[in-house]
Amino acid sequence: MMKTDEKLIINGKRLDGRKPMDIREIEMKVGVIPNANGSAYVRFGKTTAFAAVYGPRELIPKHLQEPDKAILRCYYNMAPFSVSDRKRPGPDRRAVEISKVTKLAIEPALFLEEFPETTIDVYIDIIQADGSTRVTGINAASLALADAGIPMRDLIVALSGGKIDDTLIIDLCGKEDNYSEADIPIAFLPNTKEITLLQMDGRITPQEVKDTIRNILKAGEQVYKKQKEALKNRYK
Amino acid sequence: MTEKEKIREIVLPGEIIGNTKTEKSGHGTFIRDQNIISKFLGIPKKNKDYISVIPLSGVYTPKRHDKIIGIVISVEKSGWIVNTNSPWKGFLSLSEGVRDFIDIRKVSLKRFFDVGDIIYTEIVDVRNGDIQLSMKSPSSRKLEDGVLVKITPSKVPRVIGKEGSMINSIKEKTKTIIRVGQNGVIWLTGQDIEKAIDAIKMIDEKSHIFGLTDKINIFLSDLNDENR
Repeated sequence: MMKTDEKLIINGKRLDGRKPMDIREIEMKVGVIPNANGSAYVRFGKTTAFAAVYGPRELIPKHLQEPDKAILRCYYNMAPFSVSDRKRPGPDRRAVEISKVTKLAIEPALFLEEFPETTIDVYIDIIQADGSTRVTGINAASLALADAGIPMRDLIVALSGGKIDDTLIIDLCGKEDNYSEADIPIAFLPNTKEITLLQMDGRITPQEVKDTIRNILKAGEQVYKKQKEALKNRYK
Repeated sequence: MTEKEKIREIVLPGEIIGNTKTEKSGHGTFIRDQNIISKFLGIPKKNKDYISVIPLSGVYTPKRHDKIIGIVISVEKSGWIVNTNSPWKGFLSLSEGVRDFIDIRKVSLKRFFDVGDIIYTEIVDVRNGDIQLSMKSPSSRKLEDGVLVKITPSKVPRVIGKEGSMINSIKEKTKTIIRVGQNGVIWLTGQDIEKAIDAIKMIDEKSHIFGLTDKINIFLSDLNDENR
């Protein structure tokens, strides 16, 4: 947690003029990569993610195969130019962790048992990072999986919450992310409200965590609506 | 195609499309709390009291008695391994592939099917990632020459049309011979292959639009006029 003298909330307005419970402008497109089985582009403000799904396809090496279900592999990658200080390319500790939690967030939504001995590969690339990249990546992955025709229980909606200057906020931008007191990314299945990703970083009281979860489940409806629109626009 | 195209209703994964009290859950759906829910991004279909969803994309899942077009990728000791355009490989055993008795010590299996050969074959059995193929059915054969086109496997019924109406009109108007595999691989040979491919690609892209057969007929006759 870095410290800053700059006020992050002035007169109830955040750095980019949003109210605490406002989400940034969202843009979603489906079917942007022709060679992938399914793909999507998601933008939350300046944070931009592409997701591509390949498969179900044959899994090599054979020892990784599961005899009764497909395995899901997620690769989260940040482009070197996505942040102001060049990011060293290649997977690092952070990317490995985010790949893992993304996999765990997506897995409960899929009927993996329909494709034994195969793999479903999800590649998430962050082209521009301005906070909340992992939830943007999960939203993109959700659309790409639906576009790939993979059987799903539900779409996956993800949104980040946090706390700055003793105020609970949602959908953190880069600066808020860096200087926030706490940061909570959440992913959930919108129809059953099952939470599949819940991480927390910083100092926050148990009551505030509960409030943040409630806020995100409510605000997630907007993201869910955008996802539905994007998928329907694919076939127009 | 300037006029507005009417599109079919599209459902999303997780969307409730029926109730178990009045309907039965068919292909592409699952049940949660008495609700029938779609598994796919696709087009819902009602057949008697069954409600099902046809996905708009996705890979081919092999089914018994499907006739598919496969490509031989390897010749083994007592059979052939075939690419089935699905996540799993198919196996064509010697006894299913060739009618006569073959002494494998004396005859190389490459004489019958070699790597790269295209075969029209039937799936006789599917067990968890193990597809058994057979050439015994009368329509099965090796496909010589021709061009292969891949489309979304779930759209194969649209390419064929009602009782073959769509595929027959394409065949007639472009003077081609076409074979459609259930796995989304289409083999063509004859005169206007390019036109036929364009028509097939169009069906693949616009399968969710009403009145597709008419549209394809117009498309094909337009092309015929240009040639005159």
